[in-house]
Amino acid sequence: MTMTALVENQAVESGSNLRQRLAARGFDAVTLLLIPAFVLLALLFLYPFGYGLVLSFEPKAGAAWSNYARFFTDPYLYSTIWKTLLLSVPVTLVNLLVSLPVAFRVRLMYRQRLLTTILVVPITLGTVLIAEGLLNYLGPQGWFNRVLLSIGLIDHPLRLVHNYWGVFASLVINGFPFTFLLVLSYVTGIDPALEQAAATLGASARQRFTHVYLPILMPGLAITFCLSFVQAFSVFPSAVLLGEPAGETRVISIAAYQAAFEEYDYSMASAIAMIMGFVQLAIVMGMMATRGLFYRGPVAGTKG
Amino acid sequence: MTIALQKFDELRLDQVRREFGSLNALRDVTLTVKRGEFIALLGPSGCGKSTTLNCIAGLLPVTGGAIWLDKRRIDTLRPEERGFGMVFQSYALFPHLTVKQNVGFGLKMRGVAKAEISRKVDEALALVRLTGQAQKLPGQLSGGQQQRVAIARAIVIEPPLVLMDEPLSNLDAKLRLEMRAEIRRIHNTLGATTIYVTHDQDEALSLADRIVVLKDGVIRQVGTPNDLYEKPAHIDVADFMGFRNRIRGKVIRQSGSRATLAIGDSEVTGIMRASVQDGSEAYAAIRADDLTTGEAGANAFAAQVETIEYRGREFVGTARTSDGIDLVFRSDHAVALGSGVHLRATPDRVLVFSEQM
Repeated sequence: MTMTALVENQAVESGSNLRQRLAARGFDAVTLLLIPAFVLLALLFLYPFGYGLVLSFEPKAGAAWSNYARFFTDPYLYSTIWKTLLLSVPVTLVNLLVSLPVAFRVRLMYRQRLLTTILVVPITLGTVLIAEGLLNYLGPQGWFNRVLLSIGLIDHPLRLVHNYWGVFASLVINGFPFTFLLVLSYVTGIDPALEQAAATLGASARQRFTHVYLPILMPGLAITFCLSFVQAFSVFPSAVLLGEPAGETRVISIAAYQAAFEEYDYSMASAIAMIMGFVQLAIVMGMMATRGLFYRGPVAGTKG
Repeated sequence: MTIALQKFDELRLDQVRREFGSLNALRDVTLTVKRGEFIALLGPSGCGKSTTLNCIAGLLPVTGGAIWLDKRRIDTLRPEERGFGMVFQSYALFPHLTVKQNVGFGLKMRGVAKAEISRKVDEALALVRLTGQAQKLPGQLSGGQQQRVAIARAIVIEPPLVLMDEPLSNLDAKLRLEMRAEIRRIHNTLGATTIYVTHDQDEALSLADRIVVLKDGVIRQVGTPNDLYEKPAHIDVADFMGFRNRIRGKVIRQSGSRATLAIGDSEVTGIMRASVQDGSEAYAAIRADDLTTGEAGANAFAAQVETIEYRGREFVGTARTSDGIDLVFRSDHAVALGSGVHLRATPDRVLVFSEQM
């Protein structure tokens, strides 16, 4: 790293031409290839975001902030934040905590590919198909309840769908493959010699995990948490199909949908979308702040 | 010096086997290592030397045989229960811990008091001459410094046995020589028992008290560096000890300890390293140093010079005989490319090995 800095300084000091100076800082013709990405980002993200932000301050009636005032005074609206967090945070934690041991096991397997493929299939199914499957499987007349009834374990069918747990199950099935793949890549990126070294130094399996693997994995796990959380937080189809969209799974995206397409109040819907965005941002930033507490350098450790 | 390695009398490998599926990585390896010895496991890649080391460390389970530390059977113990210090080829330093924390890791895992850890770590760092780097992360150190940290980390736990897996292979040539001397110095200072894996015969010859030559998972020869250098017991060992010319021929007569081979148009006499029979195929092994230009006659090959390299005090060249045998030779004067030469070796410097052993 010091080497590159040295080279840069020399290039700058020797009064070379603009092209050389830019190249020394990593800008050259190839950098222009970034332009399409910037254009896309501007068109598909920055513009709608800005438009929504402005729109949210142009309510149908009242002062500019009246949409926000309405959201935070109406319990039917502001409670959606807690309902969404109550779903997305536990789901993300479950996915992360289950992925970790599975990834550690898969890392040692010879037929990783096959297992990884099987685990990743749910990603390709899509939310609606999974919701339909769960309705059939876990519903009052589904196989699961019928089996429990016929072996006499229960007298009445368990209520597993059209409530919190139905959405929870669907979010786990949808989110797990993604979380697992990310965790697996972080876990397999760690040089196995580190664990061997720790073992020869007298560390038990538990100590090897807590003193070697976990601290090295922590930044990666924080990023995985953020990405999985954002996915779960924007839950919509499964909250409607498998949940109780008027009650305990009335998540924030449902509130936005109703404002936009039932009340036709786009301004209010934009305000809810903004609030949704800021809640996500707050959680993600909180998570990223913890990364600073951990080691973030290369995980291979030493030059090979 | 208060780093006091645990005492033991001997480590015994008793017919250790290791199979990977149908592949026999180790076949009945039997070896006794006495306290204070520096043992080098030498062999080409894939010969089983690292497998042997990993079996001793407990990183690989053996599939047959037993390993004993004095009266204690250790091959069934987990690596963390064996307590051997190991230096890895990639160093395997913990990237998130400082040098001091890396070296203190083993002591911390053993629940040693903080003040004691600090004292011992400082001492180990002084021993490997790294005082002043204690607060750096491994990524901020050079390769040689990382190597020193890895050694300090392995010895600070005061292991009965220090295991090193090609510790110098990632260093440049100059640093390799320097660290080689360091490793021997540390071994001597601590009175350690060291098992050192390498594929470099110079390293093995200069470091070890005894060398174990492995090939295809079998021990070919165990002996002092001098034994192996002067009296290799097997053509594979000779290969490793710098006998670059290994020429096949037919035994035509024997007298006393000597045998004469017919190789193409030439006759070569040398010292038998194993009994051979008249008429059987055998190898004559000659070091490049011992094959020099001279007169035609007995123990000489007529050959044409193909390459010649300047080596400072001498020239080293390759030549090919009319039978298509490639030879490596030494010369104290420049020889023209393409010229015909007679390459001779005195019978005392030629070893004869039987084809099968």
